[in-house]
Order: sequence, then C-alpha cells, then structure tokens
Amino acid sequence: MNNITSLTLTETLEALKRKDFSEEELNKAYLEGIEKFNPKLNAFLEVRKNKSGIPAAIKDAIITRGIKTTAGSKILSNFIPPYNATVIENLLEQGVSVLGKTNCDEFTMGSSGENSAYGVTKNPWDLNKVPGGSSSGSVAAVAADLCTFALGTDTGGSIRQPASLCGVVGLKPSYGRVSRYGAIAMASSFDQIGPITKSVDDARLVLEWISGGDNYDSNCRKEKFKIKSLAGTNIKGLKVGVPKEYFGKGLDSGVEKVIQAAIKKLEELGAEVVEVALLHTEYGVAAYYILGPSEISSNYARFDGIRYGGTRNNFGSEVKRRIMLGTYSLSTGYYDDYYAKAAKVRTLIRGDFEKAFEKCDVIVGPVSPTTAWDLGAKTDNPLAMYLSDVYTIVANLAGIPGLSVPCGFSEGLPVGLQILGKQWDEQTILKVGYAYEQATEWYKEKPKL
Amino acid sequence: MNYEPVIGLEVHVELNTRSKMFCRCSADYFGKEPNTHTCPVCLGLPGALPYINEQAIEDCMKIGLALNCKISEKSLFERKNYFYPDLAKGYQISQYRWPLCINGKLKIENGQWIRINRAHQEEDTGKLTHVDGATLIDFNRSGVPLVEIVTEPDFHDVEAVRDYSKKLQQVFRYLGVSNADMERGDMRLEANVSVRPEGTTDLPSYRVELKNINSFRFMVAAIEYEIKRQIEALEKGEKILQETRGWDAEQKSTYIQRSKEEAHDYRYFPEPDLPQLTVNSKQLTEITEEIPELPWDKAKRFVADLGLTEAQAKILTQSKELADFFEIVVEHGKKHAVLAKDAANFIVNKKPDINSMLPTQIIEEIKGKNVGKIEDEAELKSLAEQAIQADLKTVEDYKAGKLTAIQALIGGVMKLSAGKADVSKLKPILEKILKEKP
Repeated sequence: MNNITSLTLTETLEALKRKDFSEEELNKAYLEGIEKFNPKLNAFLEVRKNKSGIPAAIKDAIITRGIKTTAGSKILSNFIPPYNATVIENLLEQGVSVLGKTNCDEFTMGSSGENSAYGVTKNPWDLNKVPGGSSSGSVAAVAADLCTFALGTDTGGSIRQPASLCGVVGLKPSYGRVSRYGAIAMASSFDQIGPITKSVDDARLVLEWISGGDNYDSNCRKEKFKIKSLAGTNIKGLKVGVPKEYFGKGLDSGVEKVIQAAIKKLEELGAEVVEVALLHTEYGVAAYYILGPSEISSNYARFDGIRYGGTRNNFGSEVKRRIMLGTYSLSTGYYDDYYAKAAKVRTLIRGDFEKAFEKCDVIVGPVSPTTAWDLGAKTDNPLAMYLSDVYTIVANLAGIPGLSVPCGFSEGLPVGLQILGKQWDEQTILKVGYAYEQATEWYKEKPKL
Repeated sequence: MNYEPVIGLEVHVELNTRSKMFCRCSADYFGKEPNTHTCPVCLGLPGALPYINEQAIEDCMKIGLALNCKISEKSLFERKNYFYPDLAKGYQISQYRWPLCINGKLKIENGQWIRINRAHQEEDTGKLTHVDGATLIDFNRSGVPLVEIVTEPDFHDVEAVRDYSKKLQQVFRYLGVSNADMERGDMRLEANVSVRPEGTTDLPSYRVELKNINSFRFMVAAIEYEIKRQIEALEKGEKILQETRGWDAEQKSTYIQRSKEEAHDYRYFPEPDLPQLTVNSKQLTEITEEIPELPWDKAKRFVADLGLTEAQAKILTQSKELADFFEIVVEHGKKHAVLAKDAANFIVNKKPDINSMLPTQIIEEIKGKNVGKIEDEAELKSLAEQAIQADLKTVEDYKAGKLTAIQALIGGVMKLSAGKADVSKLKPILEKILKEKP
C-alpha cells in the first residue's frame, strides 16, 4: 500500500470503504506529517487533533465556529467565530473534519503569501521560494501531503496561482456556484470559495460537496453541482481556445514552453485548437485594482477599532493600500472616472469571453507568467506583484470558472495550465483537466521535503 | 420684505415585519433585552451576508402605491458608507440612484398635491445609550427594515407639514405596515428648511436640515423657529449656511449639529452582495390588490353612498378600526331602521370606546332598546372558529407574539355576527382557541 497521506481524496474514500485503514489512522498519519513538516512550511496556523473525519485544511479566511479565524490579520488575532461558513457545514455533513486553519495573505490580499501577519508560508518545492497566494497555506498543505484536500478562496487568482506555483489542482468555481456565507469578504463581487486538491476528480467531488444555495448568499445559485465521475472522459473534437493575449510580453519563456507542450498534448488527445481574442485582457489588472479596492474599502470599515480589539493601525500595509485606493475611487468627483469606468471595462471583459466562447468550449493558457519566485523578491514592488495575477484576474471580473492543473516543470519548479470555461460550465473544464491529467500524470510528482 | 418658506420632508418609517431586513432575527425589538435579537448578519460579523426580506419589499411597494408612486421594474441596493459606532458594518444598505418607488404625490387638506420624489428601502442602525460617561451599544434595532419617503420642497407653511405627516402616519397604519409611533421611533421626521423672497420661484441656494426630532409637536416648533431665525438673518444681510440642526426642547431653539464642511461623503456604490431587485407585473398586480381602501377613498364613499358630511367622514376614517366599526354598526343598523347618518352622528358626538363597546350597543343606544346580544359560549366558539379559519395570517402573527392581532379576529367575529357578539365573553374564548392551536 502507498503511504496513506499520498492518496488523493477519492482514493482515500475508497480505501476507507475497503477498511484498508481507519479514520483514526488516517488522521494520525496527517497529524504526524504536519508535526514533521509544518515547522518548515508554516502552512497551518491552527491544527486540530481529530480522531475521525476526512481531514481537510481550511484557509483561515473561512469562518469556523469555535476555531480561531484570523484571515492572516492581526486585527482578528483572537477572533473565535460563533458560526460556521456554509461550506464548512456542507463539509461536516459529508463526514469531513477541519484538520486545521491555513495561513494566507492578510485578508487574502496578496500573491505570494508574504502579507500574512503570522509569517510567510514556504513553497514545498523550494523553501526559498514563495508558494504564491493568497491561499498559500492551503496549497502548500496539499502539495506536501499534509491534508486530503483544502479549501481556498479566489478573488483575483488566489486559488489558481498558488496551485500553479506549488503543482496542485486548484478550482475557482463560477461566481455564485458556492455560497460565500462565512468567507471573510475581500471583494464581494469577485470572491469564490473553491477546492485545492491532489487530483482533478477530487476537485469535482469537493465542488459537489460545497456547491449550492443556502438562503444566506443572495448571489448563490440554488442547485448543487453534480456530475458523474470523470473516469473515461474523452475530449475528442472539443474546441480549445488559445488567446494570443496570454502569450505576450511578461510571460517567462520557460513557462511558455511548458504551456505550449501542454496545448500540444491536448491536441494529441483529440481536441481542436483554435485561436481566440480576449482584447481587453491588458485592462483587467487596472479594472480589478479599482473595483476590488472599492469593495474592500467598504468591507473593511467594520473593523473600526470598537469591536474585535485593536485599532485600524493593525492592518498590514497591503490592506491599508487597497482601502486607500478604494476610498479614493468611490469619492465624490472621482467615482465616474474610476469606479464607473472600471465597471465598464468589466462589462467589456465579460463581452470578450462571451465572444470567445462562441468559437470554443474552453480557453487555455498559463495561470501565472512565471514560476515561484524568491521570497522577498517583489515585496517592495506592489505593481509587479499585481501583474503576477494578469491571467487569473479576468476570470473573476467575468465571473467564469477556472482550473489550474499541474502541467510540468520549468527549472525544477511546477507550472500550472489554466483552463477557463463558460459561466456554470465547470463540467467541461474539469473534463479537459481530467483528460490531460490522466494522460500526463504530472500530479504524481511530489516535492521532496 | 416678505418671505416664503420652502420646506421638503424626509420621513423614515420602521416596518413591522416579523424578521429584520436582511436576516432572520425578530424585528420586534422594542423594550427587549439589549443584544438578544442579533446574529452574525445584523452584527456585521466578518463573512456574514445580507439576504433580502421579501415582506419588507412588498410593504415598501404598498407604501409607494398608496402614495401614487411608480414602482421601478428594476431597482438597486447601494452601500452608504460612513462611520458611526451604531453602524455594525460601517455602511448602511440603502437605495440611492435606483430607488424602488419614484414620482409619487399625496393630496393634503389644503388641496395641494405634495410631490413625492421617492420611497426607498433601507435598514436601521443599532442604538447608542450614554450612561455615566460610558456609551453602550444595542444591536437589536440593527437591520430592522426602514422605508424612507422623500418629498420635493413643496411645503410653504408649517400646517401643511403637519397635515402631510399625519396623513402619512394614517397611511402606514391603514396599510398595516408600521405602528408609526413617533415616541417609539417607528416614524422619524427630517425637514429641509429654507426661505426665499415672496414672489420668487427659484430654490434658495442653501438649506438647513432639521434632524433627530421625535414628535410632530417638536418638529412644528423647530420649523417655525427656523423660519423666523432665517428671515431675521437674511434681513440683517447675513448669509445662511448649509448645515444640520437639532431641536433643543428646553431652550425652544434649534442648534447646529453639523456644518457643510463636516458633511459626509457617503461613497455610494452598488451593493455587491445583493442582486438587482426586479418587480414583474404579476407581483405588482398582486400587491396592488392587497392595498386596502385608503382613508380618503373611504371618506369619499361615506359621503357619496352613506350621505355623511365631509367632516363626519373625515373623523370616522381617522383609523381603520374606527371606520370598520362604523361600517358594522351601519350594516347592523339596517335591520333596525337606523340610518347611517344617525350612526355617524352618534359615534362622532358621543365618541364611544370602540374597544369595549359593541356595535349592537350603539344601535341599542340609538334606538333606546335591546336588539339582541350573542352571549352563548357554544355560539361564540363557533363564530370564533369561523373567523380564525378566514384569517390564518392573523393567527400566525398572534402566534409569533403580536398579541394585538387578536383585535383583528374580534373584528372578524363582529362582522360574522353583525356586531352582536359579546366581546367580554368572546375574547377569552378566542385566546383559548389560539392557545390550543399548534
């Protein structure tokens, strides 16, 4: 038998059914792993010594009743919520247990994991590199086999980008697929909770578990996402769009090579590759950094120094920066030039995707322009940091689903293939991801810790 | 020079829905233990989200329809951002650029139509209490549904303001959407006051906002004071500043609360947590059908059909309860050759207590003889059962703690019995049935 902790979620469930091991043994195995490797990685902020349940790692930006929830911020250093996020309730119903809360950039604002008030999370593939962010701890925990699966949140790429940089599967569902109730809001019209897993089929299963309306999130679709197992998926004749805007200046040549090879592989599997245009991609980052911070400036007003303890000085510099940006963008005299204009760009970007999807079933490209970078390399340059999300942000602006699937290595570091789909069409991107994964088996590669 | 006041009114009314605007907490907060009607949503805890209370939206539409507003097919919630310790989220969910009800009008006693700019839906804040130098926060009121009704600056004298406000209160009570009790804060008035030389029609370049005034009487006094103050200042050649003023009941004067420089920039933007509000024609028809006959229509009918004087009709339609009582008396009176006019005369002049007196007793007194009273318990029980079956919603309200709902059921029995049921015997019977009902 394989090492228990190297099993995927679906393999783990089968093994438990066969009674290969007990839930207690399963939890013990993961807890041992955490004890051994977490000091190196700083993936978990809080660990629960459970004896039963399927152990899942939960990003600390997701509310857990009775379990400290800091969202990586000093302001919530002692916040023990009185309620559970809907996704947590859903997982508990499936027999999942909260193994621990994972580190993240403060209030999910960051692309490297370096903005957490509780220290940086390290990339399991190279401890001198960033894991990406903001779901840094969740991704590192999955990559290092410290949990069966994890939940992250994705507002501008916070699931897909770290998944790419750490070589695991990350899925951002369509906006409205999963209830946001209990996800500490960053930017409310962008946020989605999604799975970070060891395989594409695992992502399918977790999405099935956490999706569906709850009468708490007014923007959440009622129906659950439910499809049959992905086994035997065939992508012959499927149209795969490749946007040239995703292969321009700024894309690392090593990453480009790996992505081109992955596209070739999809062609070999029978997919038809077509060129598509996403003309407004270059405005995505700018629009996001107006609309996102506008919502942030309002969402973070509740931390007014009266409750939760501590003053607003406890916000880290990235949070302060975005609050300032957003406050400015919404102010009288600036609203039309900033917020209103960015909202128009958002509409144009949505239109880009609608048009592109007339020609193809999915769109593929890189998740991140580079592989994981050195710790500290971009901390003094917020703009460079923002640009690392150039390929992921547009999906959040458009509300469409996106998947990151491991697709090889560049100079020893993982590269993720991004697969974008039409709104509500997680099924097709999971199919493409699954077919690719089964044909290449990159997911079997594990970091040596 | 003579001056003409120019006044616009903003009225906030708290709806009496069972739950709050965006969460499941009970909205019946008055006099309750502080911070017991709260949840993650109305406390603004991280991660919590608003979820729209449909009943509140319907009530807001009813108010809009009663005030002759156009109901917007599409409207939008927006966030009004400002800091105050009683504001849990740091913003109030309100409506701004796309309100639910627009372009209404209401006719007041002097025959003038007051134009209504909008009636929109929003939520209330928590409540601060200052005790011994400390400030306490009670979030029970946080998130209770509020409707704000804004007029155009159409008032030119205080009497019109008073009349309009009283009419609004009457409408809220007829619609059953609010108790509209000023002392309890169910209904709050704000006035924008300025003056201009008589004969001119331009809007003055400033306006003084009178805020936080909790009775009709004080509001009238504050406006009167303010008109005088402004005229005096203009006469002296002073420039009046745009500002917010309160009312000092002891000094009988207004005082400055906030100058224009301190005014908030609310940074309104569309509430990203809520979808656009859409009203389809079917919904609109259903809600329109639920609007009861309004006092002015009732009064017209009393004059036209029953031969009452306008003065009588006005008095008898002051409250829906009184009007309903009067109509039962009229209905019952038909069998005993009592004219509607006689019934009206009696009620208007003698002012009987309609909560303790029976319609039959009124007839008896008018006729000076006994016309029969139902005192038999079995008969009363059967009537009570019928009234309950016919009005299950009221039963629900009663079960939910709205004990005054029983009055509606008593009214129901009265209708069924042509006013002959003995209330003193009926009430305990109703209470018993309701108590036993699951």
